[in-house]
Amino acid sequence: MIHQVEIRDLNFGYGDQLVLKGINLTVPKGSLVAIMGLSGCGKTTLLRLMGGQLLARQGSVRVAGQELNHMNEAQLYAMRRQVGMLFQFGALFTDLSVFDNVAFQMREHTRLPESMIRDLTLMKLNAVGLRGVQSLMPAELSGGMARRVAMARATALDPALILYDEPFTGLDPISLGAIGRLIRQLNDALGATSVLVTHDVQESMKIVDYIYFVSDGVIVAQGTPEEIHASTLPFVHQFVWGEADGPLPFHYPGPTLKMDFGDEWGQA
Amino acid sequence: MKGTWGHGLRTVGDTTLRIVERIGAVVLFLGQILRHSGTSFRRFGLVIREIYFAGVQSLIIILVSGLFVGMVLGLQGFETLQSYGSSESVGVLVALSLMRELGPVVSALLFASRAGSAITAEIGLMKATEQLSAMEMMAVNPLARVVSPRFWGGVFSLPVLATLFVAMGIMGGFLVTVIMLKVDSGAFWSQMQAAVDFHHDIVNGMIKSIVFGVAVSAIATFEGYEAPPTAEGVSGATTRTVVSSSLAILALDLLLTAFMMKGWN
Repeated sequence: MIHQVEIRDLNFGYGDQLVLKGINLTVPKGSLVAIMGLSGCGKTTLLRLMGGQLLARQGSVRVAGQELNHMNEAQLYAMRRQVGMLFQFGALFTDLSVFDNVAFQMREHTRLPESMIRDLTLMKLNAVGLRGVQSLMPAELSGGMARRVAMARATALDPALILYDEPFTGLDPISLGAIGRLIRQLNDALGATSVLVTHDVQESMKIVDYIYFVSDGVIVAQGTPEEIHASTLPFVHQFVWGEADGPLPFHYPGPTLKMDFGDEWGQA
Repeated sequence: MKGTWGHGLRTVGDTTLRIVERIGAVVLFLGQILRHSGTSFRRFGLVIREIYFAGVQSLIIILVSGLFVGMVLGLQGFETLQSYGSSESVGVLVALSLMRELGPVVSALLFASRAGSAITAEIGLMKATEQLSAMEMMAVNPLARVVSPRFWGGVFSLPVLATLFVAMGIMGGFLVTVIMLKVDSGAFWSQMQAAVDFHHDIVNGMIKSIVFGVAVSAIATFEGYEAPPTAEGVSGATTRTVVSSSLAILALDLLLTAFMMKGWN
């Protein structure tokens, strides 16, 4: 099987703190893979490593067969032309209109005539249902609309790999469902490979092909949505069904209650 | 006591090292800007846009300030020179003060507060809202597309603004001394014309404002690009731009003036 992304024995950290420890992960071409885990478990870091925005401390990250750690700046930028990324809050350029945001990459990387750029941009906006807002500025869009425009922008040059960072955060149920369906449709229509970082279990289970669970910097579970659904692993069970009790602690480690509140706490 | 001295000395040493490190970082950043300046010159429209934002939008504050500074110089100069019976030389005083010192320095200080802080805030906010990361992921280098045009926009704008500041200042001096205080108009202009040297006064003033333009633009873009991606981080970076630019302008002015003095003797 050909892999669009292949990560082997990856270690990464900030300063002395190791965030990812010995990660092994593959994303087959044409598939839609989700990486799930609690906030702060290293999901977004993993996504940034795939985009070459961060470099592995140890181990290898290969995208389309190319080792990112060995690339110079020019090679990295050349690789990124094949990658589209949707940021958590869209990251639209606030000084450009919706149309100019989507046309940005075409103008930067191609020599297409403006008339063709116009048609392609409108087609991309049409695919996300927002051809009608082409002249608006990002500040005039709702959160869901901004996310959809950002999706049109991320797919402007028909990338081979699309990275989604928390695409469902802060969306109403209707926008959430629409974005979920769009992610699947865009992946299939473009023949692309997609990696989705999220903690929205229910929505992503409907659309993805495979799921990796990350906790405390390591992959603790993986499988197809059906396998995950049927899993009896305590971690997966707690995460999928949103249970308060389980191996994932709700409280961040800290001093005991007695140390913070004194003896009265124990007597109350 | 010994401990207090040691602590004080360590603080001075730490602060000095931090300042030197910061200056080094700005210089390295300037090198990176220059390395990525090709895009700015190939697509000069990007620089023109920044000249509009940094230069054209600073016009009002520069012109009004220039006018007032010139008027005050005229008043002060007239009063002092009158006691020596040479009030006709007030035009020379106004012109030389503006061309050699006040024009480049005050316009650079105003530029740092008006445009420099805006550049820092804009780049800092672009970073905080992941726009720079998004650009990187679109295989577009933010140093080439965002930072470099803003840098060159500032460098090209400041000498023009300084020239307009000087021109308005001279007009202000003329208004106060010739129109209000009835100094002879012919003497005002002819003495100015005779005393002002193109190379030593006009060109040197221009060199100063180019150097200040490079310093302010480099500091403003650096602070924005390196700002922590938080509201507090961006506000701190904006403040640092104004403070560091102002100190850099004054220090560079001293240095440049010392070199240029040779030519004035």
